[in-house]
Amino acid sequence: MSATAGVSARPLPLAHFLKKPGERSLLRVSTAGSVDDGKSTLIGRLLHDTRSVYEDQLDAVRKSPVNRAGGALDLSLLTDGLRAEREQGITIDVAYRHFSTPRRTFILADTPGHEQYTPNMATGASTADVAVILVDARKGLLEQSRRHAFIAALLGVRELIVAVNKMDLVGYSREVFERIAADLRALEPKMRGARLSFVPVSALEGDNVVERSARMPWYEGPPLLEQLEQAEPERETVAAPFRFPVQYVIRPEDGFRGFAGRIVSGRIRPGDPVVELPSGRRTRVARIVTFDGDLEEAAAPMSVTLVLEDEIDVSRGSMLAAAAAPPQFSRRMEAHTVWMSAELLDPGRTYLLRHGPHEVQARALAVRHAVDITTLGPRPASTLGWSEIGLVLWETARPLAFDLYTEVRDNGAFIVIDPQTNRTIAAGMIEAAAEDPYAARRASPQPFRASRLTPAERALRSGHTGALILADVHSAAAQGLERRLFEHGADVVLLERPVAPLEPLLAAGLLVIAPRSSVCAGFPVLALPPQEQESESEALVEAAMAELQNQGILTDRDQFNAGEGI
Amino acid sequence: MDLADGSSLSHLRWLEAESIHILREGAAQFARPVLLYSIGKDSSVLLHLARKAFYPAPLPFPLLHIDTTYEYPEILEFRDWYARQIGARLVVYSNQQAVRQGANPYDLGTARCCQLLRTQALVQALREGGYDAAFGGARRDEERSRAKERVFSLRDRNGHWDPKTQRPELWSIYNGRVDPGESMRIFPLSNWTEADVWRYIELENIPVVPLYFARPREVVNRNGTLILLESGVRLLPGEEPERVMCRLRTLGCTPCSGAIRSEADTVAKIIAELREFRRSERENRVIDHDQDGSMELKKREGYF
Repeated sequence: MSATAGVSARPLPLAHFLKKPGERSLLRVSTAGSVDDGKSTLIGRLLHDTRSVYEDQLDAVRKSPVNRAGGALDLSLLTDGLRAEREQGITIDVAYRHFSTPRRTFILADTPGHEQYTPNMATGASTADVAVILVDARKGLLEQSRRHAFIAALLGVRELIVAVNKMDLVGYSREVFERIAADLRALEPKMRGARLSFVPVSALEGDNVVERSARMPWYEGPPLLEQLEQAEPERETVAAPFRFPVQYVIRPEDGFRGFAGRIVSGRIRPGDPVVELPSGRRTRVARIVTFDGDLEEAAAPMSVTLVLEDEIDVSRGSMLAAAAAPPQFSRRMEAHTVWMSAELLDPGRTYLLRHGPHEVQARALAVRHAVDITTLGPRPASTLGWSEIGLVLWETARPLAFDLYTEVRDNGAFIVIDPQTNRTIAAGMIEAAAEDPYAARRASPQPFRASRLTPAERALRSGHTGALILADVHSAAAQGLERRLFEHGADVVLLERPVAPLEPLLAAGLLVIAPRSSVCAGFPVLALPPQEQESESEALVEAAMAELQNQGILTDRDQFNAGEGI
Repeated sequence: MDLADGSSLSHLRWLEAESIHILREGAAQFARPVLLYSIGKDSSVLLHLARKAFYPAPLPFPLLHIDTTYEYPEILEFRDWYARQIGARLVVYSNQQAVRQGANPYDLGTARCCQLLRTQALVQALREGGYDAAFGGARRDEERSRAKERVFSLRDRNGHWDPKTQRPELWSIYNGRVDPGESMRIFPLSNWTEADVWRYIELENIPVVPLYFARPREVVNRNGTLILLESGVRLLPGEEPERVMCRLRTLGCTPCSGAIRSEADTVAKIIAELREFRRSERENRVIDHDQDGSMELKKREGYF
């Protein structure tokens, strides 16, 4: 085997891996509901009516000593797989089911409805495109349904289909259906932009599950299965910038050195510039290697092996990213956190945080708030308990290269592991990068090495190094500081809105005054204290100037001129 | 998953990418992983995916075959040929003590025999080999309790599975942390169906054991199950052999695997036949029906 192993005469085009016209597409669905609202029966009905159940499996259900349906066939037994579940008539764990129609294949995650099984609910939703929320028509909208809808939305499911079940037990009443729909509609603003739709069904009788029901002529929408077939979830993974967490270094004994991983977002071609994090070094992709031959292009979510043009230090946990649009790079991040342990979140403890292949020690610095599951609004909290959700400020021992969860789902997600028990105790979805107080101490990153000007040269001319000053940009103090620096001869800009990435501006030696939510890696960060009164602004400006000099950001040009006079 | 121009990865390529990701996670997170190679269609696909995952390097782990000593000769022949062909390291293990004591399904019953020759053999092989992770070709669509299993599935010090203490498994982040003595079973084919496996075998031209293809074979009809006689299965009193055009849908031990009547002698015909099936693939395995929830019980004890 040589270093050029597997180079095919002509690289394979991307089309080799794509869906052919007319080929069925895949939809991942999760279901959620409260105790006894008939979720397993509904899934059994979907499997049964799409002919996805084999005769011998039906025979096993017929022969089962348990039958809770009262009718000929207890369809819930098709999915409740564990003995304890069949005996207790509840669903304990996430079950994954397959079924297909001529249009689509479905992988359905059936998740339990009890409060204590919320972690499983989050597990099912984490990979779903669409969530089916079950509501019992007799009981109306319960806290569990609200919680499940919210968790699904929080986990990034863009389409929520609310199936109002057991319509047979409320006389197929339009009023009942519409009241429940209105109750949930009222919560739509809290659903983070997820779309809600509603369908009245009877899983037991089969109304509006696969076939349109004649018993609810007032319902004009499509039955549940048709809604699932038509759902077109937004998937922005390929449009997002290139992200490639390195899983494994492939190094046979012949000088070949490839970095194996799965493309989390974006696409890549040989020759594309990439940046390696944490080092910040830039290089280009030389080859995209696969068992089938080299590729001329690859895209999310393919698993490939990249060979780089330069020998740079890359190992498991490294991130290769589009050089023009690198990810956030910080030790601190605010994340919606689903707590899955009976032990309370302990801000004093060191946990393990796993972000893709990158595992790192982490602490919860603060709980910003917990989510009140009744109002779905924030409520004050200092810790989180079993099944609770909150916004938590996490700090990691080494910086993470991440995106916001809403932008690149798989690069904005992490799990938290208890190092004592090895259990997965929390799931996090990154909402924002937080200011990294350690950023200034790290060596300046080198993502901008194409330039032949050094930071020292720039500092000599401008009299300062690049730095980020966080401020309320519309305050008199921020604007006063901009003018003061300008008059001092500094290269200063004031940004109205957060701009990312800021690093190119800072590497060019600019002093950047920017909104407080701005982030950067590898440059000094100062925060201008909030201005309480108009009269304070001058004092704040002077204090900031002194601090900039203190930290060696503002240098005295005369000092250099008086010296060797370059 | 959609590309900017509205197209998307084909379903099989999507499954392939996910499985390769899982195989690499397993290889990276464990010191001594092993791939359970039963020589069946699922583990043939699994092995093919493993070759893809680490290409151009050789497989970073050995293959482990649990030889129950009730194996079809074609399986052993295929196993040795294919391992040599791809340059894989092959480890074969049998529960020697049980074999010496003459374990067989006729005297012990299928449940007890399976427990000794498969489950216990596997647990022993993993312990003696010091393997901390084992890749298996199990799929969630096979059986109800499998549908509940994680991709990374923890086994305690006795190799047992506890469905109630499974770790939540979100996104594609796999928690492979184990204490000494514990181990992980890893299922890269979790999201595949039987049809996906055959379509992928066709797409990738993966060699499989000839027992899967129909031809006339000597069989005996035992309680409705067609048992192949060519591998030395003994006839019970009163049984008459017959010659039937048939094939195996799943591979197991010679006395406990039923053939199905079939004309499908190519992969394409098998795929066409699958669409007509109204009965599940495990139906022809005597061992899965010993008792209610029997797969779950076997799994709890350490069976795949």
